[in-house]
Amino acid sequence: MTGKLVLENLKHRPLRTMLSTLLISVSVTLILTLVGLSFGMSEESQHRQSSIGADVVIRGSTASSVISFSSASIPEGAIPKIEQQPHVKMAIGVMNHSLDFPLVATGVDLPRFDAMSGGFTYVDGGPLKKPDDVLIDKDFADQKEKHVGDSITLIPNQPWHIAGIIEPGKLARVVVALKVLQQLDDVGNKVSQIYVKVDDPGDIPAVIEELKKLMPANDIRSMQEYIDAFSVTAIKGVKPFLSVMISVGVFSGFITVWLSMYMVVLQRTREIGILKSLGASQAFIMGIIELEALIIGFTGTIVGILLSLLAHWLIFHFVPASIPMVVKPFWWPIAAGIALVASALGALYPGLSAARLDPIEALAYE
Amino acid sequence: MSSPAIIQVTDLHKTYRVGEVDVPALRGVDLEVKAGEFLSIIGPSGSGKSTLFHIIGALTPPTSGQVRVADQDLAAMTDAERTRMRRRTVGFVFQKFNLLPNLTARDNIAVARYLGGSDANKPDPQFEGALSLLGVAQRLGHKPNALSGGEQQRIAIARAIVNRPAILLADEPTGNLDTENSRAVLEIMRGLNQRLGQTILMITHNPEAAAYGHRTVQMRDGKVVG
Repeated sequence: MTGKLVLENLKHRPLRTMLSTLLISVSVTLILTLVGLSFGMSEESQHRQSSIGADVVIRGSTASSVISFSSASIPEGAIPKIEQQPHVKMAIGVMNHSLDFPLVATGVDLPRFDAMSGGFTYVDGGPLKKPDDVLIDKDFADQKEKHVGDSITLIPNQPWHIAGIIEPGKLARVVVALKVLQQLDDVGNKVSQIYVKVDDPGDIPAVIEELKKLMPANDIRSMQEYIDAFSVTAIKGVKPFLSVMISVGVFSGFITVWLSMYMVVLQRTREIGILKSLGASQAFIMGIIELEALIIGFTGTIVGILLSLLAHWLIFHFVPASIPMVVKPFWWPIAAGIALVASALGALYPGLSAARLDPIEALAYE
Repeated sequence: MSSPAIIQVTDLHKTYRVGEVDVPALRGVDLEVKAGEFLSIIGPSGSGKSTLFHIIGALTPPTSGQVRVADQDLAAMTDAERTRMRRRTVGFVFQKFNLLPNLTARDNIAVARYLGGSDANKPDPQFEGALSLLGVAQRLGHKPNALSGGEQQRIAIARAIVNRPAILLADEPTGNLDTENSRAVLEIMRGLNQRLGQTILMITHNPEAAAYGHRTVQMRDGKVVG
């Protein structure tokens, strides 16, 4: 009977029910989308790094965190010295140049990069040949509606010729010749980071040990350690960011439900008086207000999940080269928990107000 | 009438606090209603008859005095005990019908059964018979806004008696009805009293309506005056 009473109440004010549900769903969508973007950014970076084929990464002394690209501060002259170290098979230097966030152009010595990584897979066109040649990945090409042979401006007053379109997921979305990028940025013969491949994975610790002696000022890690540092839980700032977003979700859900259920109590004061005249206890009145809020919270969660899937679809289809969003179903119950807790808390005060209404005053309410 | 008293009110006072002013609504009411009696209470607005109705119906506690309803001392009851008493001991019929607008007539009655502790879905032949007496058996699937005033009041009566309360309290039950429906509702109440022995306490402004009771009590200025 309680369930029927609550469902009929929800059906009786469809607009209010729909708006409350939508407002809750916005919180859920916000949480799931930001979580999806955080994980997407992290997983994409991990994938890009792991596909290079290196075993050790050497970064500039100015690198502060894994997601920040250091400026080109490592002299290229270090590369031959690194290659002379025992168990080192080869080393390559790359340079990064930030474009419109989150896009980065990476300068490489393409033949050496191909030798280390196995090379790019070309969807169309081919490797870099001329100084103004650029490789872009398929997502970026689709987003910009560009084809091989087209011109593209990535840096102001610097048109590039698209030589090839590559499969996404390896190194960077935009790849140019290392020497060209060094000249453009006027950094001489310096690189942002050096990737090192060793003879055998078992030699990695020994190689790192030697490289640390050779380059004591630099950040030197195994590729596995470097990739692990890209995980959502490891990147500084992501956990607090997610915590803040969850708090915002709980707060906005709480306020939504609080206002909605407060309106309910005002609109139904007389009905609450009727129920009290029939012998409804304070717990019963509280229960129907809470149950109504929880149903709104649950429905809002379902709608929120669907909206987050829509956001994923929109990003994937219209801006595939922006921050990638991934769907994380294990976050659905967490988002549901957040929405339900917010709903239950939001309904607490209105529910208590309703439960404490004087039956005579409530019955006289017009 | 030799039946025992089901309502005993002795020196009942009730004072409301309005802002910083004490407003006495009842100033020493004495009243006795026997089981199976149909009592009409008549009086002008402000005479205290609704306050008396609310106290006997366990909707509000008395300020002082004694009130015993179905062997229970209302003056000593907590809020929770008064709530429990409203479930099965008293049934209310209001001037404005007070049906839950979102529920069908059947569900309005079912809510009262549920709150009274009965299985709302379990058939009750005796109650089905009472529904026939009320003439609303065919209208149970409708919501209040699809029912006439007379039909709504009959549903309200059905809801009030579904838990077989010791007392049926009716506050101006014909106040919102036309003459024909008023007569029908009063006949129903008289029928419930005569056929089922239902004790009824009815408040009314209307002397014609009051005449349906076994006796009439007059109130004025918070006291029973005749």
